[in-house]
Amino acid sequence: MLELILFYMASTIALVSTILALTRANATHALIYLILSLLAVAVVFYLIGAPFAAALEVVIYAGAIMVLFIFVIMMLNLGEKGDRREKQLLKPQVWIVPVIFALLLLVELVLVLSKSVPATTQGLVTSKQVGLTLFGPYVLAVEIASMLLLAGLVGAYHLGRRYLEEGREE
Amino acid sequence: MDGVSIPLDHVLLLSALLFICGLLGLMMRRNIIFILVSLEVMLNASAVAFVAAGARWGQADGQIVFMMILAVAAAEVAVGLGLVLQIQRRFKNLDMDDANRMRG
Repeated sequence: MLELILFYMASTIALVSTILALTRANATHALIYLILSLLAVAVVFYLIGAPFAAALEVVIYAGAIMVLFIFVIMMLNLGEKGDRREKQLLKPQVWIVPVIFALLLLVELVLVLSKSVPATTQGLVTSKQVGLTLFGPYVLAVEIASMLLLAGLVGAYHLGRRYLEEGREE
Repeated sequence: MDGVSIPLDHVLLLSALLFICGLLGLMMRRNIIFILVSLEVMLNASAVAFVAAGARWGQADGQIVFMMILAVAAAEVAVGLGLVLQIQRRFKNLDMDDANRMRG
């Protein structure tokens, strides 16, 4: 019963924070809500018995990809307007809702860890199983993913390098 | 076990609702940063469906596809944000309606 309540809480947080993220006018606020939504989805993954996917969701999605977004918003260099926006970010009404949602997720995490719920629910897929499948039948997909990431790296370098060089000339 | 486990329908419903949010955001917003964010939401929603189905049958395949989606999302964001830098430099704003003309 507990994991059902936790699941509905986490999915409500995910949906509400996604809607809030997509209706913000300010890109930084939107990213904070999006990170919250990804963390809530990670809790859902953990509850349905996929702890490895939950860890990847937090580390790669909420960690790496969102940091890329934030770096680019910083590189766009909003100047004086950006400074005012930065001051505005410190006001409580901006961060109070994400903090409440994040605290709810923290409570869920503590509950889940203290009861070790997912180990007893439906089929738990361990990271060992995932690794064996990934480097067994799916090894070709790993190679294709590496080629895709290499292409992404080269493309991003190409687009970003011209930006930096032309910015220096001006 | 049936009484306590999370129903697959509800996880798929969550995935569908997240996807609809992403799709609506993609159609309504004109700022390119928000368009990229909506694409992320949609990719994430499809990942939820894959992981839920994989967990339902106790197979690791769902999480393998999740990792592929992660790789696709990372590559897409890297190239997309490079394009954001170019558009900002060329049009001095991030409105996609300014960038809808092709030269040719």
